[in-house]
Amino acid sequence: MAQVRSIAQSVRDFTGGQDRFDIAAGNLRELLATLEARYPGIEEHLRTAMSVAVDGELHPDGWNLPLRRDAEVVFIPLIAGG
Amino acid sequence: MNDRSNLESVALKVVGSRPVRPDGADKVTGRANFGADLRLPGMLTGLVKRSPHAHARILGVDTAAARALPGVKAVVTAADFPDLEAIATQLGETATTLRDIGCNTMARDKALYVGHAVAAVAAISPEIAQEALALINVRYEVLPHVIEVEAAMAADAPVLHDTLFTKGVTPAPTRASNVAQVHKLSRGDVAAAFADPTQAEVVVQARYVTAPVHQGYIEPHACVASAGADGQHQVWVSTQGHFTVRTLCAQLLDIPISDVRVSAAEIGGGFGGKTTVYLEPLALALSRQAGRPVRMVMTRAEVFEATGPTAGAVMEVKLAARRDGTITAADVVLKFQAGAYAGAPVNQAGMCCLAAYDIPNVRVTGYDVVSNRPKATAYRAPGSPIGSFATESAIDELAQQLGMDPLELRLKNIAQVGSQSVYGMTFRDIAFADTLKAIQAHPHWTSPLPPNTGRGIACGYWFNYGGESSGAVYIAEDGGATVVSGNPDIGGSRASMAMMAAETLGLPIERVRAIVGDTASIGYSFVTGGSRVTFATGMAVVEAAKKVVQDLKRRAALQWDCDVAKVEWIDGAAHCTDPALDRQPLTLQAIAAKSAATGGPIGAESSVNAAGYSPGFAAHVCDIHVDPDTGCSTVVRYTAAQDVGRAIHPSYVEGQIQGGVAQGVGWALNEEYVYDTQGVMQNPGFLDYRMPVASDLPMIEALLVETAPNQRHPFGVKGVGEAPIVPPLPAVAAAVSRVVGARMRELPLSPPRVMEALLSRS
Repeated sequence: MAQVRSIAQSVRDFTGGQDRFDIAAGNLRELLATLEARYPGIEEHLRTAMSVAVDGELHPDGWNLPLRRDAEVVFIPLIAGG
Repeated sequence: MNDRSNLESVALKVVGSRPVRPDGADKVTGRANFGADLRLPGMLTGLVKRSPHAHARILGVDTAAARALPGVKAVVTAADFPDLEAIATQLGETATTLRDIGCNTMARDKALYVGHAVAAVAAISPEIAQEALALINVRYEVLPHVIEVEAAMAADAPVLHDTLFTKGVTPAPTRASNVAQVHKLSRGDVAAAFADPTQAEVVVQARYVTAPVHQGYIEPHACVASAGADGQHQVWVSTQGHFTVRTLCAQLLDIPISDVRVSAAEIGGGFGGKTTVYLEPLALALSRQAGRPVRMVMTRAEVFEATGPTAGAVMEVKLAARRDGTITAADVVLKFQAGAYAGAPVNQAGMCCLAAYDIPNVRVTGYDVVSNRPKATAYRAPGSPIGSFATESAIDELAQQLGMDPLELRLKNIAQVGSQSVYGMTFRDIAFADTLKAIQAHPHWTSPLPPNTGRGIACGYWFNYGGESSGAVYIAEDGGATVVSGNPDIGGSRASMAMMAAETLGLPIERVRAIVGDTASIGYSFVTGGSRVTFATGMAVVEAAKKVVQDLKRRAALQWDCDVAKVEWIDGAAHCTDPALDRQPLTLQAIAAKSAATGGPIGAESSVNAAGYSPGFAAHVCDIHVDPDTGCSTVVRYTAAQDVGRAIHPSYVEGQIQGGVAQGVGWALNEEYVYDTQGVMQNPGFLDYRMPVASDLPMIEALLVETAPNQRHPFGVKGVGEAPIVPPLPAVAAAVSRVVGARMRELPLSPPRVMEALLSRS
């Protein structure tokens, strides 16, 4: 199960305050789909307003990344490359 | 100079050396071509008509008299640009919308700050263009204005945008306000930690203020634009990202991106401020109307009044700690000025300001607030120096309250490998502890202080970045190499690209030249910013060089009639490892000389979307002398250590650190926008906007900590350009506070402010 978390209130606003999830997913697309099924509207928010870090590594546009079974997935307010 | 003794032993011949910088001779002899240097036949001069009001509704713009003036070839207003949707876009580290960028380059229905563009002209001479500006009649309805962030947040503040409803609050507001967004980040249970006497044995709480400051690049914004009769558009410009200029010009003028070609000129500094567009779409629109090339160059006053400084801020920090120095909780409120349009770097500030520490309970609330100032733009580690001024100052106050050494207090609380950052991600490949220990072990830290001199220490953090980049390597017939990249060279990227390619190819650095390709000559590359280029573009260049090496091995195998698997590339030559074949090594030069017979020209390109960037940590110590009679502060000694991964060209890395420190010292001591009651900036020039010059600073000693190379980069690179501007603000303030005998919580620490503190103490 991927261990998913975020510290952003904007994520909790979709999830009723929850910010930690264990989700079985082979890649980030599946993970987003699972989250969307639970919390409608969250996928668009995550894709447009958040970056994702997988196993300690930030991915600017990593929405197709495969996930290992116990991956650490963290949604972080968008960071772009002053 | 760093001895690099902490670097693990690796067999690198070029990476880590200090060759002569490739752009140096042209720059010091005046031959380098900057944004304003290009001359084209028939070129016109473009100038901008700007609002004299801080906040006004534009009732009408009458350009008839200007158009009728002999010598005027074009006049544009907002009516010449499409009315764009509010589509989110990303510039440097700043998020904004296309509509806001468009309205910022040319005011549509309201002027939102003094200096806001309301019309532009192109004429056959600067004098005629100036005369035409005076003939443009703009009718305004002057509105009440607001400058300071907390005044803009007040319920009765003049509202800049009728359509701006605060995001990030529940329930959604029904009234427009100047608070564009509230960002909330949290982990743990902050309220419980502060309520628990075992976790909150000591509490510090204070309010901190920073002034908005400008990036202060020496070269003003400048460009030449030419719209051809065939629909092709060209721009030559001083920018940090010519691909971004291409995209924005195309979108703002509603033309296909592929019909715009942009070339990056040599650049006289950017520091984040040249990651967007100001003049470029106007120059293209004027050129399109006139049918001739148009050159536009800002004056220094225009640069100050109409281009983005970074945000000023009001911040509140509350820390809880145990008596042993363990920080258990932090509660931070950040109120940032965004300028006229939303997009202050408050979110980044919230994530960076405590990222260097392992604190279990954290809450950050950030406000992105518009006011009648020029729109804020990225400035070196956007947001981090501001938020970190507050949190690092609070940590220093905590050390004083605990009676602890401020460096030991930090060591006790720092993030380490395996720590979960306050924004959630687990750190790896970081050397923050080694960075702080480098300061602790340095003679500066324990040296005696002269009278009226204080010592301050502070730390800083920046994410660094990766992203999309392209690079190409081409081999000439004589075996030399050209490296092409898509990033304007601001901090030495031509040198670092050439060095990484030379190392990969096995060539001496003198045989490799690096250039910056225009948008039609190399694949897309995101801006030069975010401390990303040596990392991300470096990865693309190394990949391209590796492809070239593979091809060279193939060509050698072809000549030797051997299996390519039996060919190794060592020190710039192919070596046959098949014991059955007696083949002399083939040098790159020899293979290149016969390239026609082995498949034609030799070269390769590579594009990446680079992940795996490691953050930057910095620790600085400074000694500041305060004149008790004038309140004037002077930096007498400064030492800066940084976790740099591995330095490709150590002199450039040291230069980045020294430059960051110089800018941070200016931010701490003198720089600020001074407004009159009408919202007019009173100091739009370098005489009155005081930035440090070489004679203001001592030699800044840079310590490169190379104990944790980034494992995801072929040479261990981490970004280095932004972290060093973070610690100077709190480090300088801590030092001055110790001399003054009172905590200095508002920047800049200009002589009047320090004198006032000295007088209050006495």
